[in-house]
Amino acid sequence: MQNNLVHMLFVPEIALSILSVTCLMYGLFTKTNAFNKSINFATFSLLIITVLVFFDFSTNFAFFDNFFSNTPFTKFFKILTTLGAASSLIISKNYFIDTKINRFEIPTLLLFSTLGMMIMISSKNLMIMYLAIELQSLSLYVVASIKRNSIESAESGVKYFILGALSSGILLYGFSLIYGFTGHTSFDGIAQSLSQIDSLPIGLIFGLVFVLVGLAFKVSAVPFHMWTPDVYEGAPTSITAFFAIVPKLAAIALIFRFCLEPFNNFYFEWTQVIFFLSVASMFLGAIAAIAQKNLKRLLAYSSIGHVGYVLIALVASSEQGLKSASIYMFIYLIMNIAVFSILLSLKKSDSYVETISSLSGLSKSNPVISASLAIIMLSMAGIPPFIGFFGKFYVFIAAIESQLYSLAVLGVLASVISAFYYLRIIKGMYFDDLIDSSSFEFSISTQSKVILVILMIVISFFILYPSLLTDIVANIYL
Amino acid sequence: MIYLEHYLFLAAVIFTIGVLGIFLNKKNVIIILMSIELILLSVNINLISFSVFLNDISGQIFAMLTLTVAAAEAAIGLAILVVFYRNLGSIEVNKINKLKG
Repeated sequence: MQNNLVHMLFVPEIALSILSVTCLMYGLFTKTNAFNKSINFATFSLLIITVLVFFDFSTNFAFFDNFFSNTPFTKFFKILTTLGAASSLIISKNYFIDTKINRFEIPTLLLFSTLGMMIMISSKNLMIMYLAIELQSLSLYVVASIKRNSIESAESGVKYFILGALSSGILLYGFSLIYGFTGHTSFDGIAQSLSQIDSLPIGLIFGLVFVLVGLAFKVSAVPFHMWTPDVYEGAPTSITAFFAIVPKLAAIALIFRFCLEPFNNFYFEWTQVIFFLSVASMFLGAIAAIAQKNLKRLLAYSSIGHVGYVLIALVASSEQGLKSASIYMFIYLIMNIAVFSILLSLKKSDSYVETISSLSGLSKSNPVISASLAIIMLSMAGIPPFIGFFGKFYVFIAAIESQLYSLAVLGVLASVISAFYYLRIIKGMYFDDLIDSSSFEFSISTQSKVILVILMIVISFFILYPSLLTDIVANIYL
Repeated sequence: MIYLEHYLFLAAVIFTIGVLGIFLNKKNVIIILMSIELILLSVNINLISFSVFLNDISGQIFAMLTLTVAAAEAAIGLAILVVFYRNLGSIEVNKINKLKG
């Protein structure tokens, strides 16, 4: 028993919950502003959790009566989540201090929401799944409106809260129907009782559709994407970085596990929904972004488009699909951390760059930064030598192997359209003149510079050694 | 005699009222919060009636958890609303229009 209690501390989720409560207590009982120490503590504890997940102490211990699943797939996504959260904290530290939203609540809440995401990724029961989703989104509602004196931040908080709560309600209604018509809340139990029937009764179809709608809100797939651009634009950029980088990973992992574990037998029912979500997200993400002037809004539409590509891999619903989705999310994470680490340190006349037009003329004063931004944009558009190409490549391969030719063709078309707005940013940086005489100022901390340099090397030279990633992904299964 | 269908119908009606309350409401954000509570309430009716008719306890446990989360959600919603009110001096729905495009 004694032995078990000690072992329990090495289960990543338990360790993270203890660490986040410690962070909260430290912030509460310190007289001076605890922001600096608590953000360092949060970053450090996320890195510890990454190590714990990597060595995976929980496999033979914490199954909690099948409430938790622990597979290479969940392990991979948990590592991405914790690494993404840690690096988003590192790159946004200076921004928080500079814009004077240096409250210790931010790292604490972000730790709690990361805990929610980790539980979400490995949840194996509808109850745990709901509680985890709520834990992550309740923390995120608060951080969206953390800049209390700004109308935009408060408004983005209100919008995020209302639509998020509505989506949780819809999701929960779906859960109640699934529970009622199968008599189980665990994924295994649902799968078992579904294996005895040939076609879904009407109640279960409703339940499945409601749950998929709720999850589509969380991954911001079209037509349930309305909150994304507003929240991305209104929230402080450092919070937007977290929103863009981390919660998508957990929600994508969850939608994969929910569709492929309990409902694997009823492939035709859910692929119709996911097919529509995927095509609509790719095209709306590509077309609506063209008209944007704000960089954060543009990145929001770009992330909607990326979700569309990942959902192609879900429609493929094969082993190859699962692997390509893992690769895609890894690449998405890398590109987003890189682009936000630049946005969070680039200033023009004492305010952070937020519009596309304010980037014009960047190449004359900061050639290195504009070159990196150009490489990231080309990579997001999926232009070959860069890493973004490989994400789309593997996803389309998975679609073609599952005979989804129409989806692959539509994906390529949407990708071509989306190249337009990425190229527009590059055009602004290289070919437009400075609008006013104010010069750019690029101030970046050493840690985030290290992250940026590593990511730029990965983005540019991934083509030389792609098996680094594909070998890791090769033995992923659900 | 009241059967399972009656409970399910009641829950569906309350759920619909909640969803419509969010979308048709033009006046006040507080009404939206009340509609969200209605949605969660309808889910609870569903869960508990299923639990009783299936003779299975887990639905009731789920309903307890839902109640707890609903309370936390309402608290956070009101807190965000207070922040919004301090900035704008109003909580009318059609004043939530700074961000669009």
